[in-house]
Amino acid sequence: MLKFIATRIALLIPTFLGVTLLAFFLIRLVPGDPIEVRLGERGIDPARLEEMRAQLGLNKPLLEQYADYLGGVLTGDLGRSLITQTPVLHEFAELFPATIELSLCAILFALIIGLPAGVLAAVKRGGPLDHGVMAASLTGYSMPIFWWGLLLILFFSVILGWTPVSGRLSAAYYVEPVTGFLLIDSWMSEEEGAFMDALHHLVLPSIVLGTIPLAVIARMTRSSMLEVLGEDYIRTARAKGLGLFRIVGLHALRNAMIPVVTVIGLQVGTLLAGAILTETIFAWPGIGKWLIESINRRDYPALQGGVLLVACVVMLVNLAVDLIYGLLNPRIRHAK
Amino acid sequence: MTTPFLEFWSHFRRNRGAVLGLFIVLALSFVAIFADIVAPYDPAEQFRDFVLLPPAWIDGGNWAFPLGTDDIGRDMLSRLIHGARLSLFIGLLVVTLSLAVGVALGLLAGFYGGASDTLIARFMDILLSLPSLLLAIVVAAILGPGLVNAAIAVSVVIVPHYARLTRASVMAERGREYVTAARLAGASDTRLMLVTILPNCAAPLIVQATLGFSTAILDAAALGFLGLGAQPPTPEWGTMLSSSLQFLQRAWWVVTFPGLSILITVLAFNLMGDGLRDALDPKLKR
Repeated sequence: MLKFIATRIALLIPTFLGVTLLAFFLIRLVPGDPIEVRLGERGIDPARLEEMRAQLGLNKPLLEQYADYLGGVLTGDLGRSLITQTPVLHEFAELFPATIELSLCAILFALIIGLPAGVLAAVKRGGPLDHGVMAASLTGYSMPIFWWGLLLILFFSVILGWTPVSGRLSAAYYVEPVTGFLLIDSWMSEEEGAFMDALHHLVLPSIVLGTIPLAVIARMTRSSMLEVLGEDYIRTARAKGLGLFRIVGLHALRNAMIPVVTVIGLQVGTLLAGAILTETIFAWPGIGKWLIESINRRDYPALQGGVLLVACVVMLVNLAVDLIYGLLNPRIRHAK
Repeated sequence: MTTPFLEFWSHFRRNRGAVLGLFIVLALSFVAIFADIVAPYDPAEQFRDFVLLPPAWIDGGNWAFPLGTDDIGRDMLSRLIHGARLSLFIGLLVVTLSLAVGVALGLLAGFYGGASDTLIARFMDILLSLPSLLLAIVVAAILGPGLVNAAIAVSVVIVPHYARLTRASVMAERGREYVTAARLAGASDTRLMLVTILPNCAAPLIVQATLGFSTAILDAAALGFLGLGAQPPTPEWGTMLSSSLQFLQRAWWVVTFPGLSILITVLAFNLMGDGLRDALDPKLKR
């Protein structure tokens, strides 16, 4: 098992280096010199420009610049935002809980609806319910979620007035950020009603962000369940006279879940990509909105750091999924 | 040639969703090609007396503008029709670009193995470790906004999928007897790769290319929505959506129809792709 873990981690190193290379060149490929970008339209005299270039190490050979950058990354220095002058890592850490909170709620929504829908579709294979679930999931999978979000806002927020249009918390409340997870912070705080308010703000964004994972999970659960339901031990259970509920719930579901768990792990990339759109629509103060704002403000160090951190998050989650899977399934652990 | 096609068609025809998808794609292609003739007006023509007109079947609507007009009096239907041309063009461009690069990389990696394989496979891993839309956003930020740049950005995101698929199929094929026979007959490496092996890897690639259309259209629309794709006044669907956001409460149609167009188009390609997979590649059948 140790060897398996070590190999998996070792495999990550070249990918990590590659991502740092990508992030490093990103800022150099963007049109305009970093200093000119920082100065904007204002002119500068050439001597001062040279001085600033030297200060930032931009006059060194490219390889040396990369070594400097990598050294910084490994010690947690991802540079400073051009706009706020705060360290990028600091900004990221402050905003990331909002994205995690939203993503967790989205995946929870996707699971609560997607799992039962997939199981029901498999059990009632070929029936109208099955066709309905499959059609709905293909539609969800094809959904432009930025438009879906707007439709939901139009219907639930504007017409019915049930949910707030944007943000994480109404201006009437103030909750001291302790964990950064607003649901926890507002639960712990003295503010009456803040928790319900935060929950209200979460509903629509979670549905929007959870739509594609929901579609994927429902489809995957159905096909995995169909495969398991055809196995011999299910026929044995049936022959023993066990009820359908017991067979499906106890015998089949457990084995059908294995591929589904992997698929859920693989949704992390989808969630983070979807968060960019969802957070933009709902003015949700997470890293997705921050990345887009960084692009619009030409704050390339922030974008560079953000891209690297997001890639690291995805790699680490995939590693975790891999390891858990190996733990559950010895055939993978010992495979060459 | 006829027989395999008929066999394929008899499989494909049985999937009603796939046939529906094919039908929609054909209709959209027709509309896109003949947009200038089909569309009632020029997509940029402004009718200043008919601003934010609702669809014709609603009170205050006008059958001269069946789907209403936008905030500066342009006909929605005409813009959507020209948008179909742009979306299908993006899809075609993205799939061609990424297929060409992806297949070339996959062939090299799968056929030669060794160092070229390691290098290419690692590079694809790096691209895949970033969420697809984020990578497209980064590339679009580097290249600058614009329709063609958005297409290039999305292509970069899709390349690894084709490369991996090709690599895996090539590795499975290259040890077969017919390849050895061709090699003994004196075929060059290039010939082996392109003429001998590649046609036998085509089925999964055709399926993936169809599904690639939907990814391309969806991601390009998302880039347009974020302001990193086609720029106004281009009637690209995502761009139309983002520039009409402020009218969401007053005029639902300016937001609803572009999004619906994206959904229907993407859904059609996905339906068709699923049907193709079932018909061409029984191994992948779920």
